[in-house]
Amino acid sequence: MTPPQEGRTGLAGLAGHTVPRQATAAERDRGEIGPEPADVLLTVNGTVHRVRLEPRVSLLDALRERLDVTGPKKGCNQGACGACTVWVDGHRVLACLTLAVACEGREVTTVEGLADGDELHPMQEAFVDNDALQCGYCTPGQLMSAVALMKEGHHRDDAEIAEWMSGNICRCAAYPNIRRAIRQVRDSGGRAEQEGES
Amino acid sequence: MRSFAYSRAADVESAVADVSADPTSEYLAGGTTEVDMLRLGVVRPRRVVDINDLPIAAIEELPDGGTRLGGLARMSDVAAHPVVRERYPMVTEALEKGASAQLRNMASMGGNLMQRVRCSYFRDGDRACNKREPGSGCAALDGVNRTHAVLGTSEHCIAAHPSDAAVALTALDAVIRLRGPEGERTVAFDDFFLLPGDAPEREHPIGHGELITAIDLPVLPVARTSHYLKVRDRESYEFALASAAVALGTEGGTVTEARIGLGGVATKPWRARRAEQALAGSEAGPEAFARAADAELADAVPRGMNGFKVELAKRTMVRALTEVAARTRGGTA
Ligand SMILES: Cc1cc2nc3c(=O)[nH]c(=O)nc-3n(C[C@H](O)[C@H](O)[C@H](O)COP(=O)(O)OP(=O)(O)OC[C@H]3O[C@@H](n4cnc5c(N)ncnc54)[C@H](O)[C@@H]3O)c2cc1C
Ligand code: SF4
Ligand code: FES
Ligand code: FES
Repeated sequence: MTPPQEGRTGLAGLAGHTVPRQATAAERDRGEIGPEPADVLLTVNGTVHRVRLEPRVSLLDALRERLDVTGPKKGCNQGACGACTVWVDGHRVLACLTLAVACEGREVTTVEGLADGDELHPMQEAFVDNDALQCGYCTPGQLMSAVALMKEGHHRDDAEIAEWMSGNICRCAAYPNIRRAIRQVRDSGGRAEQEGES
Repeated sequence: MRSFAYSRAADVESAVADVSADPTSEYLAGGTTEVDMLRLGVVRPRRVVDINDLPIAAIEELPDGGTRLGGLARMSDVAAHPVVRERYPMVTEALEKGASAQLRNMASMGGNLMQRVRCSYFRDGDRACNKREPGSGCAALDGVNRTHAVLGTSEHCIAAHPSDAAVALTALDAVIRLRGPEGERTVAFDDFFLLPGDAPEREHPIGHGELITAIDLPVLPVARTSHYLKVRDRESYEFALASAAVALGTEGGTVTEARIGLGGVATKPWRARRAEQALAGSEAGPEAFARAADAELADAVPRGMNGFKVELAKRTMVRALTEVAARTRGGTA
């Protein structure tokens, strides 16, 4: 299913791009909708999609089942695992506890938005270099958290990295290699998109 | 998930008017409790009213020197705020030890105070639970109750209050600002949380639709020397089995002021007033700390699997006091 696209581009692939949390009132203005399906505009990785959905649909289900954006994973569906981690307006959040309709006028970024065309994001490369995964189920969420962690600056040492990555559970316990990947990106330093301001 | 309607409030007045006038509407802030409860079917509103665009997210210094945390200020933003870090370190620590980075980016301070208990029988719609279904009984009394409360319980509910931040805020005597259809009012922090008694479904003394617009932190020099200690089954991303928020002032080794909150062991964010009284004027040391902890837990009622919490709460309080006392000595030496 290919959803209709409105060809707005510009923010795709800008890892670390941060825009203010508050969208303009006009972008977010709407009266009561639902419980029946209604048209909702969702901006995902820089592309605006018109999706018809009920207000009860989570951002995770809208992405995976309606937009075929299947990077974000459904682990627990109750906020306890981090597999569904995406960014909304540049902040890492959990798509399973977010209503899709509440994201109108906001920028949603998923793991699909990290790479620049065929060129992997440095964090993705570091995950490959360091074998930071086994089954890979948690990896999209780990990546979205790890890149956010760089922007937030919570990467002083392994203890700090572990604490600020604790919202991403890895059933395969790839933790030491995930931390090593993060250290590698931290120590290679300097690239604008890793520091969050582009 | 059952279906519901959705609207987004543009200003505080219309949000309060909309929800107050409609018993079947509920506020949606960060959604980290609300969406979970909707999915479990524990709450079944006709409509959710999204308040995320309301201008109540600021963190500001007040003219009297206090600090105002907007009802929609995110846990992450409050924890990182330099004024909060410096003047109320236990608030930052309690926030940063709560949930995960993702959840803290989503969760609001108002929602944090209103979050629902983590009792698995409350979350499971098929089990007896007086809080979810008044009069149906309490499956936790003789059930799996290892994480349940030992203080402030009743024969009708023993669920522990889950918030970390609220434990620090009760020790501070924060003030909650509410907006209702009749205007503004304030409620003292401790009064905002009701004991379960014989009506565990009623958790706060507020009317339907009253909105938390802010939480005010008073000027409190002693809070600069404060600490939040959280003990849990794993090191991070887990609720407290026991926690203590402690602010301590000493002079020449004698306690001049003590403020203590306990978490994970009580049905509401627990202000440990008996311990505070026991400490006042005592020498800041292990004997007084142990006496204070014993006094606070004297009336604890353990059940089945949670007996260990009585001793754990004492040790948590003593260790937090010991840590802060060392800091006060460091500061005055
Ligand atoms: C996996 C997991 C782990 C967690 N771990 C912890 C932890 O360790 N420590 C901890 O303290 N918390 C923890 N939490 C709970 C989390 O902190 C709360 O869910 C969060 O603070 C709720 O805020 P919110 O903005 O998301 O509220 P919402 O979910 O949007 O709302 C919660 C409730 O409050 C009402 N409400 C919201 N805002 C207002 C307002 N301004 N005025 C009046 N009513 C309002 C809503 O109607 C709803 O009933 C955890 C949650 C999850 C899912
Ligand atoms: S402890 Fe409270 S919340 Fe849990 S089952 Fe009993 S009444 Fe319900
Ligand atoms: S699927 Fe969202 S946190 Fe597990
Ligand atoms: S790689 Fe398998 S869950 Fe993390």
